[in-house]
Amino acid sequence: MTENGVWRLALPLALAQMLFFVAPLLLLAATSFATDENLRAWSLRAWRDALGDDFNIASVINTLRLGALAVLATAVFAVPLALVHMAAGPTLRRVILIAAVLPLLTSVVVRTFAWIVILGREGVINATLQGLGITSAPVPLLQTEHGLILALTQIEMPLMLLPLLAALARIDPALLDASASLGGSLFRTLRKVVLPMALPGLIAGATLVFASAATAFISQGVIGGGRLNYLPAQVWQQAMVVFDWPLAAALAITLMGSVLVVAAALSLLGAKARHA
Amino acid sequence: MHRFTGSDRALALLILALAGCGFLILVGPVIVVLVTSFTSSRALQFPPPGFTLQWYRELFDPARSAQIHIAAGNSLMVAVLTAVVATSLATAAALAITRSRAGWARVAEGGFMAPLVLPGIAFGLASLMFFSWLRQPPSLALLVAGHAMIAAPFALRTVGASAAGLDPALLESSAALGAGPWRTFRRVTLPLILPGVAAGAFLAFVSSLDNVPVSLFLASAQTDMLPIRMWGMMETALDVRVAAASGVLVAVAFVLLLAMDRAVGLARRMSG
Repeated sequence: MTENGVWRLALPLALAQMLFFVAPLLLLAATSFATDENLRAWSLRAWRDALGDDFNIASVINTLRLGALAVLATAVFAVPLALVHMAAGPTLRRVILIAAVLPLLTSVVVRTFAWIVILGREGVINATLQGLGITSAPVPLLQTEHGLILALTQIEMPLMLLPLLAALARIDPALLDASASLGGSLFRTLRKVVLPMALPGLIAGATLVFASAATAFISQGVIGGGRLNYLPAQVWQQAMVVFDWPLAAALAITLMGSVLVVAAALSLLGAKARHA
Repeated sequence: MHRFTGSDRALALLILALAGCGFLILVGPVIVVLVTSFTSSRALQFPPPGFTLQWYRELFDPARSAQIHIAAGNSLMVAVLTAVVATSLATAAALAITRSRAGWARVAEGGFMAPLVLPGIAFGLASLMFFSWLRQPPSLALLVAGHAMIAAPFALRTVGASAAGLDPALLESSAALGAGPWRTFRRVTLPLILPGVAAGAFLAFVSSLDNVPVSLFLASAQTDMLPIRMWGMMETALDVRVAAASGVLVAVAFVLLLAMDRAVGLARRMSG
């Protein structure tokens, strides 16, 4: 096949995406401006309900906050893990890599279930706290925001760790030696040499973690419980229980818009950091 | 590496401590699930008071766990079909993108990757609306279509990375020797990019098997899927069979991961 005709190979995927990805999303957008799911007439009612309601606005803010906290929590552990990976020998490197990939391959449902066992009244954390005599009664962890963030730290960490490992792998070890032999302290080497190289990975990871944590319907519902309101649960409720599809569509687009704005802001930040 | 001063040592210790905690947080829950699946208790106590195989026996009992078996069969079938469809589409697209120097290739690549960042729950709802607008009742074929959209970017990335290392001279000499495009693909291109294709198919398979947002909206009584059924088992009365089912899934994932890692360096590809 010639250089000119090679684009035709991309056609099947492009057509499939048009039909099964773009078209449904366009219909979603159209439905949010309709009076009902059959698009019989147009109205702004769904958008007024979605954005004019304090409860829904609170869910938007909760969801964005959850995404941001998940990014922070995963970064706190993933960055040191990536640094150790960089400095480690081949065996430890392999162990860290397998540890990073394994949770990704075990279903989100399984990971969520694990945290029910860990955070429960008779779970690992409460057993340890009581065993050490720190608390006398079980501390409620399920159905709380900090319990959910702890769970999301594990559930989403691979998405932060893998891009970081990829970014740090591009650092020439000679650079680190050079920085150290020129008298740079560990802190200085990390700040001046490692951090700038790690930044693209950190930003890619932050984008993935944010998007995933903000939409983690099952983890939010099962670990966070009914008292914490997040957008995905609202979308589900309106679509499958209330059957108000225009409102469900408007809420889904609000969720999508919030995630995309954050993703765009992060990638802008990344581009700026590269030029600075 | 080099001599540490006092403050360097404190920083290094902090990094090591956080990394240790991070490792524990990553791996601990997987071990907790495995241990819990052998519990002798009806409650989710940890550590378990005793160990039995009763939950595995119940899980594999064809009469008592019939619904779980049907859901698992559906999930497996959809995952295999999704892997085939998504990997074929993505392989062709990846070859087009890596072999073209034109600007459209960069734009197309960005577009093809979009499903990765888009909230799955919005796409799941959109798919439900789209198929109900087309008057299509839920079916496994529709689930494959939806899953393939989300799985294709994974395959596109791994195949793209393999294809980037392809020497154009090889393809040109194959053509010069009279081989048609298909023969060149079968005999030259495919063997060279096979590790990327295999890794991509595996990731597409896993992404479909674990898919929640699309299955949540497209699954019905006729097209029950395993993650959705397990979610139901966790939401209502906590059923300890979830632990056994999780144990099976973890074991399968671990064996597949080691096998794929040995064969094609999967873990390295996922971080690349």
